[in-house]
Amino acid sequence: MVEWSGMRNRCPTRRAIEMLIFRLALRNILGAGLRTWLNVFVLSAAFVMIIWVQGMVEGMNRTVMRAKIDTELGGGQYWYGDYDPYDPLTYEDSHGPLTESLADLVRGGEATPVLMTTGAIYPQGRVQAVVLSGIDPGQTILRLPSERLAGDGGYGVPAMIGAEMAKETGLMVGDYVTVRWRDVNGTFDADEARIEHIVSLSVPGVDRGLLWLPLGELRRMLQVPGEASVVVAAQGLDEVPPGGGGWTWRDLDYLLKDIKDLVKFKSQSSYIIYGLMLFMALLAVFDTQVLAIWRRRREIGTLIALGMDRFTVIGLFTVEGAMHGLLALVVGAAYGIPLLAWSMATGMAVPEMMSDMGMPVPQVLYPVYGVRLVLGTTLLVMISVTVVSSLPASRIAKLKPTDALRGKTR
Amino acid sequence: MENGALITTESLTKQYPVGRGKFTALQNIDLSVDTGEFVGLVGPSGSGKTTLLNLIGALDFPSEGRAIVIGRDTRELSHREAADLRNHHLGFIFQTYNLLPVYSVYENVEFPLLLLKKSAAERRQAVMEALDWVGLTDKAKSRPSQLSGGESQRVAVARAMVKKPEIVLADEPTANLDAANSHNILKTMVDLNRELKTTFVFATHDSKVIRYLRRKVTLNDGRVVGDEEQVPDPESN
Repeated sequence: MVEWSGMRNRCPTRRAIEMLIFRLALRNILGAGLRTWLNVFVLSAAFVMIIWVQGMVEGMNRTVMRAKIDTELGGGQYWYGDYDPYDPLTYEDSHGPLTESLADLVRGGEATPVLMTTGAIYPQGRVQAVVLSGIDPGQTILRLPSERLAGDGGYGVPAMIGAEMAKETGLMVGDYVTVRWRDVNGTFDADEARIEHIVSLSVPGVDRGLLWLPLGELRRMLQVPGEASVVVAAQGLDEVPPGGGGWTWRDLDYLLKDIKDLVKFKSQSSYIIYGLMLFMALLAVFDTQVLAIWRRRREIGTLIALGMDRFTVIGLFTVEGAMHGLLALVVGAAYGIPLLAWSMATGMAVPEMMSDMGMPVPQVLYPVYGVRLVLGTTLLVMISVTVVSSLPASRIAKLKPTDALRGKTR
Repeated sequence: MENGALITTESLTKQYPVGRGKFTALQNIDLSVDTGEFVGLVGPSGSGKTTLLNLIGALDFPSEGRAIVIGRDTRELSHREAADLRNHHLGFIFQTYNLLPVYSVYENVEFPLLLLKKSAAERRQAVMEALDWVGLTDKAKSRPSQLSGGESQRVAVARAMVKKPEIVLADEPTANLDAANSHNILKTMVDLNRELKTTFVFATHDSKVIRYLRRKVTLNDGRVVGDEEQVPDPESN
């Protein structure tokens, strides 16, 4: 009789079993042919779509923020008094003279003053409330063609509007429009503004309700010589002087907080699409696993009869399911990388109907695929596929080998 | 347990729940099988042959009594220990061959050795030897779907024998085979039994198999109704 003792020593090690499972699983899913490749394709499509959609959302967020920084926020701002960009009622009283340190910054080309007030324009006889934004035509801090406001001394105050504003008001270059405002003494006044330029911003919408005028003209109109509401600092300044004299420094973290919150809120909806696509792909894997266990119950019984313990069999089926995820990564990478790289290079034109989603949307979306997005999605897909695969596989633990051998399931 | 017995059953009983009651598939089976025996459990369908084979193979556990296989009471084995017992000491042959469809003939035969963590060289030698026993070395690269029924069962025999187990449990191994193939398979088993001293336990009601047996245990309604030595007579009709 063969001694039982010593049998334990001859048992396969965990590593050998893992290798065996991996090898068998690979052989099984490759042997399943078309069934495997259909699953892999669905999973890889979901994988690529998730990254693409999330990349689009991330690209949109970054473009919007970049546009805000380039055309409005610069490297940070000094606000005068109670100035609050979201409360136009504060504009009329929130302007004051620049301190010496701010004036030095402006003279050094490291900042530019902006004067803001509320007013109204009358395009085609209709009244429209606007924010009058006085900027220095010679400034280079904000990426706006402010030099177009230099004017040629002709009739009317030179003015510039954005393409979105032009569309809303029907104004074109060369048009005259009546501008009404209230000066520092509370007296209403009006003048004709001449549209010198219509600026096309990468993010339409940030220009809505905004009329750019030369800083000097607006100061004259408001009777506030040398004053400003905001001083915009250049991007990348190592050191900025502290505020004081009624001026308060607001860094980019502060200035972008609201838009970041909005972006975060808007991003939630993209996670619904993310979840739906993942759900559909996982459903395919789950379905395949259930079918595989039902179809292969005799094989399961055979594996157990040949000496594989049932937890190893569960491991085998789980690894088989997880391998769908692994193959989907490989297949997804094969067609996804060129596809995503192409979309990153060419961008995607946003239909006009989508230009207002509650926040400004760029005309052309350039997706951004961060390492975190790709690795995070990869990890999530792999973990989800493994978990989903293990659910039907865990039923094997309840399967009696004798039933399995007869092709029976309960 | 008798001295030298490889398999012993004592008052072995197996019951299955049926509705609110119980169906007794085996009742008080006392049996002893020694090393090198070529024994058959014979009887009509439903007599408990396969159930007894499954209990000996630790694929199922008795309701009462016990089955002692290679010195171990199968009731006391955990699932993992039962798997170890089958892995190291038992070979199975099924009526429907149960070959793994995505593997080649070679890989099917190699499979038990992978579970035993044999080296590649050991596996290769053992697999080729087993395929040689059953005369299928030329089919090593074929898939099960490319084989005839007789060839498939010969692969199953090679798979059961490749690790040279102490016991081979064969459940209706010739039920799907014609007379010529049945004869070939059984002759191979007889040769292996003689050469390797492997104990063969059959569950069968096939007269072709019964003629090869040296001991016939007859079951009826879950009870042993006969246990007799016999002289094999393969050539008789």
